[in-house]
Amino acid sequence: MTTDLEPKTDKTQSAPAELETREMMLNIGPAHPAMHGIIRIVAKLDGEKIQSAEVEIGYLHRAFEKMAETVDYNGVIPYTDRLNYCSPVINNMGYCMAVEKLLGIEVPERCHYVRVILSEISRISDHLTCVGASAMELGAFSVFLYMIKAREYLWELVEKVTGARLTVTYCRVGGVKADLPDDFAEPCAKAFEETRKVIDEVHGLLTRNRIFVDRMSGTGVISQEDAISYGITGPFLRSTGVEYDVRKDCPYAVYDRLPFDVPVGSRGDNMDRYLVRMEEMEQSMRIVEAALRDMPGGPVLVNPETGRAIPAAEMVDLAKVGNIAAISGACAKIGPTLEGSEKAVHASIAADEKRAFLPPKEDTYGNIEGLMHHFKLVMLGHGVRPPQGEVYFPVEGANGELGFYVVSDGSGSAYRVRVRPPCFAIMSALPKLLVGGMMADMVPTFGSVNMIGGELDR
Amino acid sequence: MNTSLIELVKERFPTAASSSHTYRGDETVVLRRELLLEVARFLKEDPALQMNFLMDLTAVDYSTFGKSPSPAFFASSGVAVSPSSQIPDKDPWPGPPAEARFAVVYHFYSLKHKHRLRLVVPLNETDLEVDTLTSLWAGANWLEREVWDMFGIRFRGHPDLTRILMYEEFEGHPLRKDYPVNKRQPLIGPVN
Repeated sequence: MTTDLEPKTDKTQSAPAELETREMMLNIGPAHPAMHGIIRIVAKLDGEKIQSAEVEIGYLHRAFEKMAETVDYNGVIPYTDRLNYCSPVINNMGYCMAVEKLLGIEVPERCHYVRVILSEISRISDHLTCVGASAMELGAFSVFLYMIKAREYLWELVEKVTGARLTVTYCRVGGVKADLPDDFAEPCAKAFEETRKVIDEVHGLLTRNRIFVDRMSGTGVISQEDAISYGITGPFLRSTGVEYDVRKDCPYAVYDRLPFDVPVGSRGDNMDRYLVRMEEMEQSMRIVEAALRDMPGGPVLVNPETGRAIPAAEMVDLAKVGNIAAISGACAKIGPTLEGSEKAVHASIAADEKRAFLPPKEDTYGNIEGLMHHFKLVMLGHGVRPPQGEVYFPVEGANGELGFYVVSDGSGSAYRVRVRPPCFAIMSALPKLLVGGMMADMVPTFGSVNMIGGELDR
Repeated sequence: MNTSLIELVKERFPTAASSSHTYRGDETVVLRRELLLEVARFLKEDPALQMNFLMDLTAVDYSTFGKSPSPAFFASSGVAVSPSSQIPDKDPWPGPPAEARFAVVYHFYSLKHKHRLRLVVPLNETDLEVDTLTSLWAGANWLEREVWDMFGIRFRGHPDLTRILMYEEFEGHPLRKDYPVNKRQPLIGPVN
């Protein structure tokens, strides 16, 4: 048997000159089961080696930047959800903070903490999706299921706060939609316990798994210089050993007060990116735990004696007949979609700036000033109107620096909104990552890029 | 470090900057386009600046600045809205670059010094061309392609200035202010 095989292997190693060899063009995508996202790669192959690769994007272009010019400032927030749909709160937060910078207003401290908590939970769910999906593409299907299970726990948390799971539209210019529910810390601790269990399981399944390590380490390597030259940020840059994290280097919100480490790799390959993401999840949980511990309580404005809840419609009737005494200091019993924005907590979730944030519903229903305030913000031609100016505000998205560049001309809608999508830079380096490698390495490399079509193509 | 970034650029290139300002803490230099490449190289290589990241590159079409009845998408109500600054500013923004329709906007970041600088290069509609930065930052390649795609601004010396988000047959440049939001183009693929 062995004698039979030997001459064959010899032949393949030194092919005779008359044997015809050809480069092969391979078109991968736009729709392909091993790609999470719609993108086309035209690869030139020499055997299994990738000689050159051409990346074509734009299949999910939805004209985000154009649409943002046509609606009012708060109307852009639902569009931002759809940029990186794995971690929508981070997008919400980045956009709102850019507009707040333009307005020159600062949200209350508790609101900062609430935003940080939600955006770190989103970051974990983003990393879970990324690692889970790339593991699945390498054949580790159970890892994907475990991680999606953990993501489900986190999404339940998100749902408790925002009322939605995916497109949450949670932040507002000058605040957030609703405060955390009273008993948030308990389900949060439980969800983190489950997430930690899953992360341990995944470490057990993958981190020393021979098949996984062989496919991940040494593939998709990028040097520090190249990564910086391409403008790559986030876990991808940190895997090369550059310790750049917007939360640490240009701290925003309350990140400078929260304890966390920035994990870095050293080789800049797929394995390092996997390890960096795994560690970042733990760090994000640390941030949330510390934030829940440190965050200031919301001011309770309601008088406990008169602060009974009246159905909103009844409140409107009382106000109409001028029975102010009966409704002053009372809470409106409002629908579940408005839960968490009652007057009692309103001051802790919204900036003290009437020109930017809607009044609590108690005021809208209960007095004419509140009603006017409400309509001054929602009526066409009124609304949030920042002064003329331009600002750039970066936050640390799950994939890297997510920057919003907003230009205002003083009218009710943004003159220009530009988003700097973190995976755009990484995707532009994809040909460099692929060329010279094997065809099969494309799958883990592309997985570790964590391409999100929504933010890449906008 | 504050305010010295603008000073450093002005000191080295006294004629390059046509104006500069710091608005909401963002330092901005408005630059004549002839010197863009040199200034960018200086920003990247000068030890006091070391802006090794080209974080973002985009453009703004200022042709309807301050004139738009807004929000345009729901303008059917007929309510005319003149722009006004509702929240007064102590340190107002000096306004868009004068007498230029477009502005190419660069955001730089220094990993070492942790500072950011914005360069604005105003461009006239008659001559929409500016030097490419692909020789300094590899990431400029796709970013410049996107600006070409969306605004129709050319980058001199760019290795492959083709559309990136839209398809080759697309007509016009969608982020220009004169491109209507509701415009539809039926052509979605190559014509054979």
